[in-house]
Amino acid sequence: MSRGDNILQHVDWPTILMFLGLVVFGWLNIYAAGYNYDQTSIFDFSIRAGKQFVWILTALFMGGAILIIDEKIYDVFAYIFYGVLIAVLFITPILAHEVKGSLSWITLGPISIQPAEFAKVITALAVAKYMGRYEYSLRSWRDMVVPFALIGVPMIIIMILQKETGSALVLASFLLVFYRKGMSRYVLWICVLAVTLFIIVIRFGQSSLPLGAGSVGLFVCLLIILAILLYFVHKNNRNPKYTLIILGSIVLIYAISLLFCIWFKINFNWVTLGIILALTGYMFFLTFYFRKWTLLFVILFTLLCLGYTQACDSVFHKILQPHQRTRIEVLLGMKVDSSGAGYNVNQARIAIGSGRFLGKGYLQGTQTKLKYVPEQDTDFIFCTVGEEWGFVGSLMVLLVYLCFILRLVTIAERQRNQFSQIYAYAVVSIFLFHLTINVGMVLGLLPVIGIPLPFFSYGGSSLWGFTLLLFILLKLDAVRVNQLQ
Amino acid sequence: MIIDKFYKRRYVIGGLAVLVVTIFVIRLFILQIIDQSTKSQADSNALVKQTIHPARGLIYDRNGQLLVFNQPIYEIQVILHEMGQDFDTLAFCQSINISRSTFDERMSQIKDRKRNPGFSKFSQQTFLGQMSKEQVASLQQSLYRFSGVYISKRTLRDYTYDAACHVLGSIGEVNQKDLERDTYFSIGDYSGRDGIEKTYEQQLRGEKGVEILMRDSRGRLQGAYLEGTMDQRSIAGQDLTLTLDIKLQLLAEKLLQGKVGSVVAIEPATGEILALASSPNWNPKQLVGRERSEHYSQLLNDSTKPLLNRATQALYPPGSTFKTVQALVCLQEQGIKLTTEYPCFGPISNAGQPIKCTHNHGTPNNLTTALEQSCNPYFWCAFRDMLQRDGYGKDNEDFKLRYDLWRKDVLSFGLGARFEDTDVSEQAVGYIPDRAFYDRMFGPKGWKAITIRSLSIGQGEILVTPLQLANQAAAIANKGYYITPHLNKSETAVHKHVTAIDSSYFDIVHEGMHAVMINGTGRWYNIDSLGMCGKTGTAQNPHGDDHAIFMGFAPMNNPKIAVAVVVENAGYGATWAAPIASLMMEQACNDTIKRKYILDRIANATINPNVQRR
Repeated sequence: MSRGDNILQHVDWPTILMFLGLVVFGWLNIYAAGYNYDQTSIFDFSIRAGKQFVWILTALFMGGAILIIDEKIYDVFAYIFYGVLIAVLFITPILAHEVKGSLSWITLGPISIQPAEFAKVITALAVAKYMGRYEYSLRSWRDMVVPFALIGVPMIIIMILQKETGSALVLASFLLVFYRKGMSRYVLWICVLAVTLFIIVIRFGQSSLPLGAGSVGLFVCLLIILAILLYFVHKNNRNPKYTLIILGSIVLIYAISLLFCIWFKINFNWVTLGIILALTGYMFFLTFYFRKWTLLFVILFTLLCLGYTQACDSVFHKILQPHQRTRIEVLLGMKVDSSGAGYNVNQARIAIGSGRFLGKGYLQGTQTKLKYVPEQDTDFIFCTVGEEWGFVGSLMVLLVYLCFILRLVTIAERQRNQFSQIYAYAVVSIFLFHLTINVGMVLGLLPVIGIPLPFFSYGGSSLWGFTLLLFILLKLDAVRVNQLQ
Repeated sequence: MIIDKFYKRRYVIGGLAVLVVTIFVIRLFILQIIDQSTKSQADSNALVKQTIHPARGLIYDRNGQLLVFNQPIYEIQVILHEMGQDFDTLAFCQSINISRSTFDERMSQIKDRKRNPGFSKFSQQTFLGQMSKEQVASLQQSLYRFSGVYISKRTLRDYTYDAACHVLGSIGEVNQKDLERDTYFSIGDYSGRDGIEKTYEQQLRGEKGVEILMRDSRGRLQGAYLEGTMDQRSIAGQDLTLTLDIKLQLLAEKLLQGKVGSVVAIEPATGEILALASSPNWNPKQLVGRERSEHYSQLLNDSTKPLLNRATQALYPPGSTFKTVQALVCLQEQGIKLTTEYPCFGPISNAGQPIKCTHNHGTPNNLTTALEQSCNPYFWCAFRDMLQRDGYGKDNEDFKLRYDLWRKDVLSFGLGARFEDTDVSEQAVGYIPDRAFYDRMFGPKGWKAITIRSLSIGQGEILVTPLQLANQAAAIANKGYYITPHLNKSETAVHKHVTAIDSSYFDIVHEGMHAVMINGTGRWYNIDSLGMCGKTGTAQNPHGDDHAIFMGFAPMNNPKIAVAVVVENAGYGATWAAPIASLMMEQACNDTIKRKYILDRIANATINPNVQRR
């Protein structure tokens, strides 16, 4: 059986249909976003919709080519691709011309390309290749560290050298792949905890406690850490009575501290830290008493949490760029700023909200058309959908994305080799991450992080990147029938 | 399928996608369905409601001559942000014929926030204002070459004739009071400030329209919203035809040159005001546009008070012109008969008469010759006999009742009271004293006919406006009634007021007034064929020289014009007021002036050198 002949039979048509639907609807919305009441044709190459049309045609051509090309090259050349990618990412900031503070664009003749958009495809292939090895096991230290390093290196280059935070963060979505492949669920919980601690420290870091000294943010974080520590202490105590005694002593310490507040200010952060360290000491004792060495992880975790909490503050105030800091502050409601960083978000809210139930009609949106929403044909393209197609249109688009992602999960699960399945989950994670961050940002739920909405946003690099990502998966999926399990 | 022990985690991953989309849908529901504020925020963002000002109604004279119209003027506006680096300044300067240095100077003025607090790079700034169509024509043709340059059109009031400034009034920017009083107005609107422009504001202004435009985030206008389907068109103001005859008006103003005074002419049959002139005055073009406030304060500070409309706002004792009314009242109230004669001893002060005559003439006089000669003693005697007909009675009550009667009859001529049912604005009231006034002045029993003898010859406490005087002439011309004087030709409601005098008494007064023009004080300015009737007056003025007054009408049968003339501090009515009135009558009846020498002499005569000649 020749594989080239029946590739069209085995390719997953529902996915291709959804892909085509999203691309075409996105294209119509790009035209609407740039539409200036001057009746320029959607095919006019001087406007973005016209250019996007060319990008779409080339992307389709590329997709077709991928379906024909032998899928083995992805497996065989994955590391070589990866090596080339790292080299290109390194060179990019040197050749790049600055676009809005980012050094991620290089110009090749008439077109500009953003290599970071291709990083996710190649990294996905490299990770899939490494984790798909027959002997791979998440139990081994080496096998844990290498995948993290594979995503970490491009992430750091893109974030630090190219100053393109959005594209870099996308690679963090690979955590979902690791999770599916057996990574401890604690890692996900730790991620949730990390985000929670970060938000609390930043949001309440500046407000001081009503009594005594110390900041509310740090105090609450320390209490959370204390609670987690207490849980482990309780689990490892022989006698539940000991837990009660410990709890009682903690309450007593706080009560005495409060009493002392009458005479002088007591820093409750220090009090709490003292309690945590005392309990850590107790855990240390238990470790050796019971010779239960896994408890050392709890101690390590506690100390890391304390360090992390302290680090959050300095990262936020010293490492983050001022505009990124402002975006987070606006989102957390610490700043009201409807002309600066909050402007985009506020205008996006007005544009989407004014669409009401059925929208203003195609090409009838006033907010997007009159340029109230910046980046309206790229990162904020969803505004155009919200304004012109209303709640119904936005709902339809979101449902198509949901079906698309769930379909990809199904495809991932039916793969017959590890390489394909890991790659498939990388694709799932990337699309889910892009959808979450982009729409969350437009709807004002997440901070403004500039990443495109897959297939919708204007831009050749991102469309090519996503098409490549998807069609490699479709090719792998189409040929799975030829593979032994 | 790969069988591994973590296969259930696919549901967690799928569930995560479902959770994310669910949160988004809830958020969308809140934004698009529940939150009602975004729609209006979006509209206030993107839609600009621009008022379209309707064209103000035009004003014509009674013969259809255009008096007031709208002159389009052009402003060149610039948006600095749109002008760009490649702006061809030289070509721009050439197209509007200014020098490069003027351009630079004007630009720096625009950018100077101290002088121009509303400056913004993104909004329209006026580069040059008040340009004529010709001045912007060249720029208009090549406007496409200059991005950021706009030409906007406005209208200003303009005037065909340098005349009738007091009647027409002017328009100016509305003030806070107007804004509170009338919701039609918004800041920066113009409305009639005085004169006809104010009285007929509602009719002239029309209805404003609204144009809904879209504005982008930079504040640039991007055309009509929904192709203009939501726009409201403006409705132009209605035109107004005045009762004025511009030829008469021009003549009156010409004759008043160099004098302080006023001329009022009325068509007796209709009450239509043919001319209403007050001197000094100004060119109505002065109170238009940018120069308005400067000129207005000049007029305000002028010692001759040009802003005062003397025709309706100045008060004078009517002097001898009042003798006509006096005669009629005395006839009506049986103080005298048609044949009554009284002796006159001329201008001798100790001849036993309380009021002496101004000159010698025949004696005794009947009513006709008394009017002809303006005999003071005759009218004193008539006045006295009218008031004392029933004697004085208890507490002078019988006398006072006669006085009340006299006053009522005088008031019935429209004297001493504002015309309420008219469109003539800014009237003074005038004054015909009532008995309470004299009770206060002399005590309830302290005054008799002799006390108030000055009233008999139109002096003393009695004060009228020139308009009231012209109306008096009209009432006499009509033999007993007048139509309220008014300015709007299309006024259909007739406000007819009948005087208290029986119409049969008027013939003898007409005869007397005709005799004035033939043998009496008006004889130098008579035209026999016109049947002129008139009465001169010389009103004593405690502040200076006497005012010259004339009141009359022509022709005697079927009168076409009733006229009143006052020339302040000019001396004898016969010398200054009579020729002006006579020329007005000639113009009204013959539509031309043959006595050019009189016209030139009067027009060139200067009585008050402070009055600016124009």
